Amino acid sequence: MISFNQVSKRYGGAGGYEALKSVALVINPGEMVCITGHSGAGKSTLLKLMCAIERPTSGSVLVNGQNIGTLPASAIPFVRRNFGLMFQDNKLLYDRNVFQNVMCPLDIIGFDAADAAKRVRAALDKVGLLGKEKALPVTLSGGEQQRLSIARAIVHRPSILLADEPTANLDAAYAVELGELLRSFHQVGVTVVIATHDEQLAARLQPRRIVLEQGRITT
Amino acid sequence: MKNWLRQHRRSLTTTLARLARTPLASLLNISVVGVALALPLAFYVILTNLQSLAQDKAPTPQISVFLAMDAQASDAREIDNRLKKHAAIAKFRFIPRDQALAELKEKAGLSDVIASLGRNPLPNGFVIDARENTSAALEKLRDEFKAWPKVEHVQLDSTWARRLDATLQLGRLIVLVLAALLAFALVAVTFNTIRLQILTQRAEIEVAKLIGATNPFIRRPFLYYGAVLGLAGGITGWAIVWAGLWLLNDRLGSLTQLYGTSYALRHLSLPDAASLCAFAGALGWLGAWLSASRNLAEFDPE
Ligand SMILES: Nc1ncnc2c1ncn2[C@@H]1O[C@H](COP(=O)(O)OP(=O)(O)OP(=O)(O)O)[C@@H](O)[C@H]1O
Ligand SMILES: [Mg+2]
Repeated sequence: MISFNQVSKRYGGAGGYEALKSVALVINPGEMVCITGHSGAGKSTLLKLMCAIERPTSGSVLVNGQNIGTLPASAIPFVRRNFGLMFQDNKLLYDRNVFQNVMCPLDIIGFDAADAAKRVRAALDKVGLLGKEKALPVTLSGGEQQRLSIARAIVHRPSILLADEPTANLDAAYAVELGELLRSFHQVGVTVVIATHDEQLAARLQPRRIVLEQGRITT
Repeated sequence: MKNWLRQHRRSLTTTLARLARTPLASLLNISVVGVALALPLAFYVILTNLQSLAQDKAPTPQISVFLAMDAQASDAREIDNRLKKHAAIAKFRFIPRDQALAELKEKAGLSDVIASLGRNPLPNGFVIDARENTSAALEKLRDEFKAWPKVEHVQLDSTWARRLDATLQLGRLIVLVLAALLAFALVAVTFNTIRLQILTQRAEIEVAKLIGATNPFIRRPFLYYGAVLGLAGGITGWAIVWAGLWLLNDRLGSLTQLYGTSYALRHLSLPDAASLCAFAGALGWLGAWLSASRNLAEFDPE
């Protein structure tokens, strides 16, 4: 469970830009949530606060009962492992092939190599990239890169998937496909939080909607 | 535990893979460290060789104890007794004054001069070999003998021993200073190497942190790299010195054969070589640790 209690986030110290203002929300396990809003509304910031990439300026963010804001730095990596993260800018490793990119989270957790390879293949199969194991990310299309990003996010079977603009730069057909992929994780019980300005995606998935405007929740 | 071992094994594999991925840069780095270490090492080897050579070939310093002119035979016996019981003395010899005079006459051809004196000007004496020939031990004995009854004068020819001591001490100091300087160089080389590695792996490190890597996990391959660099550098340094000695011995062999003797420079002992490598590895680790602590801190969110 994720809960925000009067959370504000100000970038750049006092006098900086306040990206989120007194946000309160609760996301229950297994929910699918879409966060929409104009560019700069604070969608990405909201996701970053959930997985402790940013810390709140005031208020508290609880993840599975732990207050992210007060955790020591050494505990943060273990909080992050509850999440599967799809970044707005992908953050794929361009000098590693598809297989190695997906292997990354398992390496970090310390999986046994044979076990890990099986899981990587399962994840690649799920997103339809099994035939491209050896390919480098630059040789993939935008949609394939996005799917690679999903595979890396879910390979360690996180309980929460955070997707930041998963359909950016994708044409309509690809976007539909990707939406279905995200829905399939929701159906097996993963909490899915999507930040997007893709209205069609939101309409199709019929998730719970959270609309941000200038850093405030309007619905 | 199993997981822990696996993580370390994986870090080591990652490290070796990194070394192999940039073979030229790695070789250059290792050579730099190796050459840096070879210098003080060569000095050290030469020094130990000189030391043992000096101990083998140097004349053993003796202590001469001269009794007073009015000393009686019983006084001489007393001294004799004391010397016999003394633990620090290897052997000694009593030289009666008459014998000393006879020797002097024979040796120096001063018989005329001595004859003109009319009486024997020489005292009874002892010539003593100590067990330990360091100048400190010899001087201690000299001071002790001086205080004995009826001892007029104690003479110690320790100049040579002292010069040797001082020279060796200077040599050791030079080795130490060189070693310290080059240890610093080793740390600096690894520090910089690791800094460059971190810079080129920015993306990888950033992503790893974002998806849940702990700091020790990220730091570990760099530490291993530093240690491996130091270790390989140590081995290289040792190999350089070994090869140098081998060449020298080759030449020295044919030279000393001409003179009918044989002398060979001794190589670094195995424990010395092992501790050198361990030391170099530890320094590499230290350099990497300093670099990683400093350069990975930037990745932490404020
Ligand atoms: N690291 C940062 N430092 C300073 N300001 C930032 C930082 N990150 C975001 N902001 C600012 O905070 C506001 C919200 O940013 P955020 O990325 O959350 O918006 P968003 O809703 O995700 O927008 P988009 O749809 O364009 O991705 C923006 O005005 C942005 O300029
Ligand atoms: Mg955004």
